[in-house]
Amino acid sequence: MGFRSAVITFPGSNCDRDMAVALEKVSGAPTLRVWHGDAELPSDLDFIALPGGFSYGDYLRSGAMAARSPIMHAVKQAAERGVPVLGVCNGFQVLTESGLLPGALMRNASQHFICRTVALKVENTQSLFTAGYEAGQIIHIPIAHADGNFFADDETLDRLEGEGRVAFRYAETVNGSARNIAGVLNEAGNVLGMMPHPERAIEDAQGGHDGRALFESAIRGLVEA
Amino acid sequence: MKVQIHVSLKPGVLDPQGRAIHHALEGLGFSGVNDVRAGRLIELDVDESVSDETLEDMCRKLLANMVIENYRIERL
Repeated sequence: MGFRSAVITFPGSNCDRDMAVALEKVSGAPTLRVWHGDAELPSDLDFIALPGGFSYGDYLRSGAMAARSPIMHAVKQAAERGVPVLGVCNGFQVLTESGLLPGALMRNASQHFICRTVALKVENTQSLFTAGYEAGQIIHIPIAHADGNFFADDETLDRLEGEGRVAFRYAETVNGSARNIAGVLNEAGNVLGMMPHPERAIEDAQGGHDGRALFESAIRGLVEA
Repeated sequence: MKVQIHVSLKPGVLDPQGRAIHHALEGLGFSGVNDVRAGRLIELDVDESVSDETLEDMCRKLLANMVIENYRIERL
């Protein structure tokens, strides 16, 4: 059976199509599209992606409303069963708001919306999502966010670092994130949240392809498993 | 009855918004402002029967993000 992935669309998501196209281009299999109000996910999913955007207009806090939408109950259950979940940008905010990942994403220290390509250092190459990179590799991935300033208390940060759960770190000053953290994994390693947009860097026509290895390693890992 | 929920950033959590407001106040010539913290006020109209415990639950589950925020409940 082919690779089965789904992208969840919330009202206000705007990177859902990019994410679906990236998954399709790399996997060769169609990506299923799921609406936030659905109560259930399609069966036998290999991969779930929460896309970027401004779900619910960022009302209350970025990702706060989406994290409580009906489909997230099913996403949480799937994540607990070990289904890989990738949250990018607003998707990362939804993952922290839903408790699937620790910490919170606050307003950028500069108060500005930042939209540019940044250098990231790959910190963990053991996870499903990052196995295609080399440790310490510098990759260039676009960001576009106002609320990407990762915060967690020191104890949580120490634990994340100690357990190798920092997947990516900014290799330059970007948004004020604690310890320059750009992406974190859950304890089991099957949930990754990151502010940068790998789906916007899968082929040179987009200006770079450094994000492609993330999808390739995840899909390869899943298909071979 | 009206209930006000005051949501504020926890002490020690950097508040870029508060800092920008502080800076703007100074720019307007106001002196003597030592610090500014920006928060959020959420006003609920609830039945008398809604308990304090339920209001706390609402705060913890949605109205405040307990990683970065504190809340205070005030019945009017």
